Amino acid sequence: MIAALTLLLVFQLAGEVIARGLGLPVPGPVIGMALLFLALLLRGGPSDNLRQTAGNLLQHLSLLFIPAGTGIVLYGELIAAEWLPLAAALVGSTFLAIVVTALVLNALVKRRKADEGAQP
Amino acid sequence: MTPRLTELWVYLSASPLLGLTLTLVAYQAAFWLYKRAGFHPLANPVMLAIAMVATVLALSDMDYRTYFDGAQFVHFLLGPATVALAIPLYAQWPKLKAMAGPLMIALVIGSLTAALSAYGIGALLGASQPSLMSLAPKSVTMPIAMAVAEPLGGLPALAAAMVMLTGVLGAIGAPYLYRWLRIGDHAIRGFAIGLASHGIGTARAFQVSEQAGAFAALAMGLNGLLTALSLPWIMPWLERLFGR
Repeated sequence: MIAALTLLLVFQLAGEVIARGLGLPVPGPVIGMALLFLALLLRGGPSDNLRQTAGNLLQHLSLLFIPAGTGIVLYGELIAAEWLPLAAALVGSTFLAIVVTALVLNALVKRRKADEGAQP
Repeated sequence: MTPRLTELWVYLSASPLLGLTLTLVAYQAAFWLYKRAGFHPLANPVMLAIAMVATVLALSDMDYRTYFDGAQFVHFLLGPATVALAIPLYAQWPKLKAMAGPLMIALVIGSLTAALSAYGIGALLGASQPSLMSLAPKSVTMPIAMAVAEPLGGLPALAAAMVMLTGVLGAIGAPYLYRWLRIGDHAIRGFAIGLASHGIGTARAFQVSEQAGAFAALAMGLNGLLTALSLPWIMPWLERLFGR
């Protein structure tokens, strides 16, 4: 577990160095994820150890959002001042984005399957 | 409080132990409830745990900064967890590759829908300009949303709050929307929730299946990148459209 955690941190650090060094608009850990993904492609997959550690960490991804999420208590007044437009925009736009993305993807995947089926 | 208790409280509130333990206990309790509710989306563990921690902070008069000093050890793990998303992505690589074209098209349309509809609904209902700019990047992961909102005239703190609420709303609403739309494919379900609701949506997707989680992670990463690159160009044009 410690070996896998070390590996994850090394990739995060590399990502952070690249993101800051090149002034990229993407956070370091996202670059680190891309680097690790490339490494896995080159190496032909993760070790059992890494797979297990990643699985444990991702299973409890919800936990990791609690500290930052609780920060919402600081903005109560800011949100209360314009609660109606904010609430409507959040609910409307979040649900719309899910529906539109899922429908577009579903239609494209179905059409491709139909095309493939039509070919001999 | 007796002097001894006061002394204990002074000691505890200065040590990271309290914030850290509070976070983990709240999560355990929230996850227990979530499980008891049969993983019902309305019993979202992130929402329940945040409500519990916020209640304890309010009752104990502990300020958020003090709490976060302890809880930051948990917060820090978001970095390695993000890197770890590469592993399920790798496991789903054959399917991702096969769907690359449709995924890219859905990404662009979904990303624009998320930002434009948030701005549009807010503008029509009279939200202020800083609020609109804090709303626009709400579907992407928090550090990107804050960085995108600020130069556009948004408030990074408000943007962070909007991101959180969007995550929880998507995690709660998506299962109902999918049932209504009759979409059962875990790849599609995961991609849409990850695009609209970033990490909190991705956390929900991983609770459903590894495939849903991997597609959610991919959508979260790509939408973060696309939003960071596109919003600074799109927003001035939108402002003109809405006459602001």
